[in-house]
Amino acid sequence: MAEQATIQEVSDAMYKMIKDSMGQKKWKATDLTKAVEQLFGERCDKALIKSAIRDLIESGKCVYTYFGGSFIEIPHKEGAEN
Amino acid sequence: MADKKRSTPKLDELEKGEWPSFVKEIKIAAEKNPMANDLLGQLERSYEEKIGHWKHGGIVGVLGYGGGVIGRYSDLPEEFPNVSHFHTLRINQPAGWFYTSDALRKLCDIWEKHGSGLTNMHGSTGDLVFLGTRTEELEPVFRELTELGFDLGGSGSDVRTPSCCCGMARCEWACYDTMALTYFLTMHYQDELHRPAFPYKWKFKMSGCPNDCVAAVARADMSIIGTWRDDIQMNDSAVTEYAKSGTDIQKDVVGNCPAKCMEWDGKKLKIDNRACVKCMHCINAMPKALAPGKDRGACILIGSKAPIVEGALLSSVLIPFIKFVPPYKELTDLVEKIHEVWSENGKNRERVGEFIQRVGMGNFLEAIGVEPIPEMVAHPRENPYVFYEEYFEEESEDDKNA
Ligand code: HEM
Ligand code: HEM
Ligand code: SF4
Ligand code: SF4
Repeated sequence: MAEQATIQEVSDAMYKMIKDSMGQKKWKATDLTKAVEQLFGERCDKALIKSAIRDLIESGKCVYTYFGGSFIEIPHKEGAEN
Repeated sequence: MADKKRSTPKLDELEKGEWPSFVKEIKIAAEKNPMANDLLGQLERSYEEKIGHWKHGGIVGVLGYGGGVIGRYSDLPEEFPNVSHFHTLRINQPAGWFYTSDALRKLCDIWEKHGSGLTNMHGSTGDLVFLGTRTEELEPVFRELTELGFDLGGSGSDVRTPSCCCGMARCEWACYDTMALTYFLTMHYQDELHRPAFPYKWKFKMSGCPNDCVAAVARADMSIIGTWRDDIQMNDSAVTEYAKSGTDIQKDVVGNCPAKCMEWDGKKLKIDNRACVKCMHCINAMPKALAPGKDRGACILIGSKAPIVEGALLSSVLIPFIKFVPPYKELTDLVEKIHEVWSENGKNRERVGEFIQRVGMGNFLEAIGVEPIPEMVAHPRENPYVFYEEYFEEESEDDKNA
């Protein structure tokens, strides 16, 4: 049995996915979950992923946004405000 | 000091008549509040041009939460600067909407200080709704709300603020404690309420009996509606009283029973309780004579929604009868299973009801590990396309013999 990944490792990986595809893809929590499950395989579970998302948001590195549904993004100034 | 009063001939029309008028209320607020004043101006403009002038904001919120704030901006900020930002907050209401007047005053004070002063008591989600504030006011409002013991409610793809009828607090027909269950679900799903993790929204609504005062059957992904499984309680002398004082029992009670399971010979009312569909009609018509049975519990239904991406759906039965005992483990296990299957396979913005329609009730039931039963058939002549294992086994036997 592989050793569990740390919350930090998983949230860093999520942050990289979001950053690398900024402007091309909007991530939902469900998509992030599936993507890191692929990446970490047995080394992560749903509870760990939940904690990693929470870490990502509470650290302020990402924010929740709403465009029809809820997404997780890197903070930026939004168009509607202008 | 408020800006100069805006001329609103079109809105003024909505002040006429005997009924309450939101225009009247906004005008009162506009005496003191410049946001309310500009709101009148922009609304009048929309009525003239027949165009909405609100832009949706996707990013605004409070730190750590993915729900509770609905962002709006004016697309005419130069003309209506005080509503250039006009965000809405949803505040998680107490179960059954019971407040002290002291709490209400304090809530209003917070909102007059930080926002337009306009509220919606309550929104159709159940939340207490604060209408209109600026981005930089969100954190201060949130801080003061939490100090008062309130929290934001849900929005976006999360568990929405659970809501319920006043149930056992006021109503003798409540077949289970809706307020206790609502409080429990609100606390149990705090994480899911504040951190959207689903394909789309998920609503729980709790009604204590089939009168369904919160309209759970029409607008909750999971509708939990009180019911009973023994006989309707009947007081014969009270029935006689109704007849004496002019109730036409044959026409208005028996004649409107959808199950046609009642009989009235002018003296004695008879109910074939096995055929009763628990519609509440007779009980509503003669509340002093009839009451729900004593063996009470709830029915869990799934899948209703208002039209947004696709058309409206009503809930259909998933669990015909359940007795609720805290800590409601049977219920949370079921919900967890459904959330798992829907999160894994649901498309973006697909409500659970639409998901079930797409994959088929049979497949859905199999995935969540619930056995199909006749109560799940929403109406006669509808084929749920459930196939039984034995059916396949027989078929493969036949194949072998062929
Ligand atoms: C500042 C602008 C607006 C904001 C922030 C806003 C926000 C909202 C929110 C939060 C809800 C859900 C309310 C609830 O929980 O009951 C809602 C519902 C609704 N909104 Fe708006 N809205 C805005 C403008 C408008 C306009 C201009 C229209 C139409 C002309 C509109 C039509 C509706 C309708 C029909 C509903 C459903 C009402 C219900 O279910 O009872 N909204 N809106
Ligand atoms: C292997 C042959 C057949 C299969 C697999 C089949 C299958 C079905 C199914 C699944 C339904 C829907 C049932 C429901 O939703 O209640 C249906 C309905 C119906 N079928 Fe067939 N069928 C077959 C042959 C026939 C034949 C030969 C006829 C006429 C001579 C027929 C007439 C009908 C009618 C009138 C309905 C509508 C019933 C209603 O009102 O719901 N079917 N069939
Ligand atoms: S739904 Fe039933 S129990 Fe709840 S308040 Fe209405 S009548 Fe009473
Ligand atoms: S509750 Fe409805 S179905 Fe049942 S006996 Fe009364 S009227 Fe008939």
